[in-house]
Amino acid sequence: MTAPGNPHPLLDAHLVADRGGFHLDVALRVRAGEVVALLGPNGAGKTTALRALAGLHPLAAGHLILAGADLDRPDRRVWTPPERRPIGVVFQDYLLFPHLSARDNVAFGPRRRGADRRAARAVADAWLARVGLAGYARSRPRQLSGGQAQRVALARALAVDPTLLLLDEPLAALDARTRLDTRAELHRHLAAHPGATVLVTHDPLDALVLADRLVIVEGGRVVQTGDAATVTARPRTDYVARLVGLNLHRGHAAGHRVRVGGLTLTAADSVTGEAFVAFPPAAVALHPARPDGSPRNIWLATVAGVQRHGDNLRVQLDGPLPVAADVTPAAAAQLRLVPGRAVWAAVKAAETRAYPVGAPTARDGDPAAPGAAGSP
Amino acid sequence: MPVALLVPAGLGLIFLVLPLAGLLAHTPWATLPQRLAAPGVLTALRLSLLTATVATLVCVVLGVPLAWLLARVEFPGRRLVRALVTVPLVLPPVVGGVALLLVFGRRGLLGGWLDATFGITLPFTTAGVVLAEAFVAMPFLVIAVEGALRGADTRYEEAAATLGAGRWTAFTHVTLPLVAPGVAAGAVLCWARALGEFGATITFAGNFPGRTQTMPLAVYLALETDLEAAIVLSLVLLTVSVAILAGLRDKWTAGP
Repeated sequence: MTAPGNPHPLLDAHLVADRGGFHLDVALRVRAGEVVALLGPNGAGKTTALRALAGLHPLAAGHLILAGADLDRPDRRVWTPPERRPIGVVFQDYLLFPHLSARDNVAFGPRRRGADRRAARAVADAWLARVGLAGYARSRPRQLSGGQAQRVALARALAVDPTLLLLDEPLAALDARTRLDTRAELHRHLAAHPGATVLVTHDPLDALVLADRLVIVEGGRVVQTGDAATVTARPRTDYVARLVGLNLHRGHAAGHRVRVGGLTLTAADSVTGEAFVAFPPAAVALHPARPDGSPRNIWLATVAGVQRHGDNLRVQLDGPLPVAADVTPAAAAQLRLVPGRAVWAAVKAAETRAYPVGAPTARDGDPAAPGAAGSP
Repeated sequence: MPVALLVPAGLGLIFLVLPLAGLLAHTPWATLPQRLAAPGVLTALRLSLLTATVATLVCVVLGVPLAWLLARVEFPGRRLVRALVTVPLVLPPVVGGVALLLVFGRRGLLGGWLDATFGITLPFTTAGVVLAEAFVAMPFLVIAVEGALRGADTRYEEAAATLGAGRWTAFTHVTLPLVAPGVAAGAVLCWARALGEFGATITFAGNFPGRTQTMPLAVYLALETDLEAAIVLSLVLLTVSVAILAGLRDKWTAGP
């Protein structure tokens, strides 16, 4: 994955585009063989970024360099239309041509790129066999299941040997069971793809399983980048914190003490200046009376709501620090947790992580980190 | 089933079928074979089928790109152009014929030039019949195909582009197959309209047996002298067109 010997990424893009009042400004660099996930909520601009890469939406500014070639550079009036870009796209709902068989769908790309009918069909058959659909060459798209259609779409995009493979929510159209199998298989194919891969998804699990590196996009900007471990351990926005299931707050730190929301918390890490504080809901203990014992952060909170969360209950707390706490049903019954009830919340200092706001987010030699993280 | 729908549906069907029943009731079944063998019947039928088919081809070749233009290209005055395309629908066909004469007639806007430059004369020829039929029938095709194009998902064209297809290839290999049912439906409507065309044809192309006398013209001519002959001619036109339309319909619904 990491190629320290090659400082030039295969894809070097700074995507600036406008779409109906929405402004996208995302820097993206992807090495050969690397899979990068653009992860973000709906409307974050992920699909616009993908369309800009594919040439379906022109850039307003910035640049798009793939394998050393300028594909889109408004300030130099350079623009390559989608049909001449070495890019394969797997669309969200696959967009298999309904009037063509699976084989002819896959052969469509090679045919357009100069292969004769026989050669194109041979390529198509080889790809269908690779995705495990050798017996479905003659099937029409509507005769295929969702998972099969997804694999045909992948084969169709890969059959042109793209330098850059783009996938738009590749698993979103599948039911939960099919998704599990398809995700594993997709991971295998993406790992085998020698070119760069950019994957757009709003599902953190897809991103974590399929991608080597995450680029979190919110409101058209990159808010965080890094590998899965970095992003899940140190979220930098509420969206990422929710995705990975952490309580996240921003405050001012001096050593192990972080001032946040009218409280002073003791953290496991020593930081100076603006800092994030994060702790999992399971680390929040609730007590009917003020508990004793030090190294603990303790405050009085009000129950705002209670929901099922797996085998436990997730309690939303109001107060000086709005957080979520996970408690067992037995504990909840004992505490009589109903909205409006006052309880004491406690978090061990050892489980309270603090990290600076301004520091680089990626620690994996990520070339996209400087300037891309939207750091203040 | 709601009676409020069934009753008007039944009335509508009766309204459409009753005139056909009247036609059948007055058909001189006894003398039918001789009348069918009468000179001119077969000639007029053949001319009708030929001109309607050629007119339909003309409409497809010109109308599909026109429909594409209206459906896919933003340009100033598009609404006006769309309204102009439907003019032959509301124009009395006779007026259409007169208008064609004013353009393609010997002294018309283009007719004089066509005559002087290429020696081509359109009025009162079989080509003139095709022209008149295409003029009145084209809107049916354009409207049907434009509707189909608007309903077709343009993202398929984007998918084709990412696979290396230019605009023209994407149109012929993806868009056109996707809207093929719309084109077929439009072509059938167009053919049926061309087959029944009367007013523009008689005005622009005249009524010369073997050359410009199509079935509707033959029926009209026969009406003045011999009602039974007119009925027989109508019956032939009806039978042939219904047989062809029903045959095509079965072929499509049975197809993929």
